Amino acid sequence: MDTSTQRPLLVRLFASFGPALILAAVVLLFIGLLAWKDAAEQMQAAGLKGFSGFLQAVRESNYDGLKAFLSLATFKTVLTQTVVVALAALGMTMIIVSAGIDLSVGSVVALSTVAGALLIQKGVGLPGVLAACLAGGAFVGALNGALVAAFRLTPFIVTLGMLGAARGVAKWLAGNQTVNFKESNIGTLMTDPDPLGALPPPGVWVAVALAVVMAVVMRQTVFGRHIFAIGSNEATARLCGIRVRTTKLAIYALAGMLFGLAGVMLLSRLQQGDPTSAIGLELDVIAAVVIGGASLSGGTGSILGAMIGALTMAVLRTGSQYMDWPSYMQEIIIGGLIIAAVGLDKWRQSRAAT
Amino acid sequence: MACVRKAFGATQALRNVALSVAPGEAHALIGENGAGKSTLMKILSGAYQPDAGNITLDGQPFRPADPLHARECGIAMIYQELNLAPHLSVEENILLGEEPARFGWLDRAQRHNLARHALEQLQQAELPLAAPVNTLPIAQQQLVEIARALVREPKVLIMDEPTSSLTQLDTENLFRVIGRLCARGVSVIYISHFLEECQRVCQRYTVLRDGETVGSGDMAVVRVEDIIRLMVGRELKDIYPRTPHALGAPVLEVKELAGRTKPRRVNLQLRAGEIFGLAGLIGAGRTETARAVFGLDELAAGEVCVCGNIPAECVPPARHSPTAKEPSAIGDQPSQEGIFSSIATRSPADSLRAGLGLLSENRKEEGLMLNRSVADNLTPTRLGPFTRFGLLSSRRQHAAAREWMTRLDVRARGPEQPIGELSGGNQQKIALGRLLHHDARILLLDEPTRGIDVGSKAHIYRLIGELAAQGKAVLFISSYLPELLGVCDTIGVMCRGELVATRPAVEWSEHEIIAAAIGH
Repeated sequence: MDTSTQRPLLVRLFASFGPALILAAVVLLFIGLLAWKDAAEQMQAAGLKGFSGFLQAVRESNYDGLKAFLSLATFKTVLTQTVVVALAALGMTMIIVSAGIDLSVGSVVALSTVAGALLIQKGVGLPGVLAACLAGGAFVGALNGALVAAFRLTPFIVTLGMLGAARGVAKWLAGNQTVNFKESNIGTLMTDPDPLGALPPPGVWVAVALAVVMAVVMRQTVFGRHIFAIGSNEATARLCGIRVRTTKLAIYALAGMLFGLAGVMLLSRLQQGDPTSAIGLELDVIAAVVIGGASLSGGTGSILGAMIGALTMAVLRTGSQYMDWPSYMQEIIIGGLIIAAVGLDKWRQSRAAT
Repeated sequence: MACVRKAFGATQALRNVALSVAPGEAHALIGENGAGKSTLMKILSGAYQPDAGNITLDGQPFRPADPLHARECGIAMIYQELNLAPHLSVEENILLGEEPARFGWLDRAQRHNLARHALEQLQQAELPLAAPVNTLPIAQQQLVEIARALVREPKVLIMDEPTSSLTQLDTENLFRVIGRLCARGVSVIYISHFLEECQRVCQRYTVLRDGETVGSGDMAVVRVEDIIRLMVGRELKDIYPRTPHALGAPVLEVKELAGRTKPRRVNLQLRAGEIFGLAGLIGAGRTETARAVFGLDELAAGEVCVCGNIPAECVPPARHSPTAKEPSAIGDQPSQEGIFSSIATRSPADSLRAGLGLLSENRKEEGLMLNRSVADNLTPTRLGPFTRFGLLSSRRQHAAAREWMTRLDVRARGPEQPIGELSGGNQQKIALGRLLHHDARILLLDEPTRGIDVGSKAHIYRLIGELAAQGKAVLFISSYLPELLGVCDTIGVMCRGELVATRPAVEWSEHEIIAAAIGH
């Protein structure tokens, strides 16, 4: 029996384009808010009052804020700001699809910036820094994976511990202060090579390319199928001869490697190693993955969705800045959005189940 | 209880059940697996609502709305599986949900007295009230469970298979407890497969079969044989298609197999083209045997030997010394096929590579990935044919899935439909199809027809016959005797963790199987 035709239109729409709908809603919200803000400012400047005055202001307004928000430069800024969360979300998608969680992202990213900065101080070039940070991230991830797989510890607890431990190691390595360096080409990764044109920085291309690779890995490889199988039903995965522990170890290690890379990108943007950077990043990353349609109970989720989720977070932050909202407003809104996204996920599941 | 009926969908679980229990009487409720005992007791304890029929309690019409209501009316139930909060203390467990409180504050002294009083009724006053129950042995945990039922001073106490996890000595203790309860005027409904136990404890009995009361009377004047006849005495309605097949060389040998708790001792040999039925009561260790053979559970002792072309990495290292065995003389296959090897690392992955396949009895919990597609559920053990340069082709995977869906007559929208949306019978066909897609030579099927409709059942019987005709070996675990007798070549019966008897199916009768299963 065709059950899909019995579901209401909204449910079907949301099931197919949920993350994109959320992103579109956020963008439209800011367009509306900025247009209203510009018109309100015009109204105030012209000393207009009342409804007709407002209409006049709407007609005569220059919409500076809105134009700035919709400009190419802003678009590139948003993309650049997405890179760190997006790269981390690639790894997190794998973990969440396998019914796990990794809370140590932020700490691993900070550790990676510190380690990278220290290596640059020692005169190591960009390839060396990349290799070291990727390896370091993979090591921390493998440690998480080993604890989860070998001792059957809850990922939540293991990575909560790692959240503290990795942050501590970062502070220790950095001597409890930021690690500065003089000259380096590390900045090229995240600087705009073409401030007037449409070309975004190399980091964006790296993220897009890796997103494509990861999407293929998740959908089109045996490893990817095994990730979904473990997340959907670990007992079945075991019954089907999938080496659950090895796969989990690989998932966390690979994700850690992506977190390490995200750290290099943050280092490139900050131009210093900061052991206190990326605090709370795990929430942005998990939110991106969940907004992207993944379920925290595992077995569902997509790379494309997570990327749209990451973009949503960046649009929220940028839009809030254009609205001159204080940072606590951003935090409240993002917090609300996480809960709303999870709520939508539950609602969608319950509708799909009936 | 009179004329109680209950249907689940099209399945008539209870058709016409009558049961009457006097105050202070221990009453045995007897019947095969699936006869309707549990359903009846769930109605009595308020978990289910009957479709028709009357229940009277102390002469008053009684219709429990929910378990809480039934408990307040004096019906207490002790389930087969222990229902205790393992980290809480004995006292907290006894009073769980019944905490004496004043304005939400727990009353310590009263709590103590109530728990102590309940334990004294069982003459178990020496049980430490403060100890967490997970530190107690199973038998004492069971007493805690009974004590909890006694706190409310029940009129009727239902015990479902209370001795299945008890030793002989603890069982004797439990019988004394039941005797004391009856002397105090509590009625006990005692559900057990072990008829000797029923005879010792109970004064009267009621036998259920296929959801109907088929007999009741005084325990003192009835023979065990008569009760067994009442339990079984059904006509063979189902037709079991038999595909002619010949038995070949042995392909699987299980020697002195023992797991952590169950099974305790299993020896069996499976031959190519053989359908080997494994009968026994629930909890006899049949599922555990299949899981141990497949490598899902650890072995405590024994060996699993698979015959034939086994990949080199599955052959054990030297520490499993007696690996290569002399070819068995029974088979008509040439001897190069007759080399036995025990599987080395004993993981499901090794078993699958050696050609074993397991169909889990627990379709929803273990067997299937419910939110994944039909195709993903059919093919996970053998994705190789759809892979090129490491990349999977969903198109080819779906094409293969479509082929299996046609061959197994699966009703679904398509290979991409989530399997959770299909009916039980179609789900089971997909689960079985996974073994076929894997091309397993030895199929371990655990309750393959549980909870599915008659049409799907017939299809699965036919499929099993065809598999045997292709020379595959099938281990068929079932609690439904007619299907075992109708489908299998050989039937082995398990009782309390041991495989106690193995004979060709034609030499068994239902009566004999039940007698062997209850250790009679």
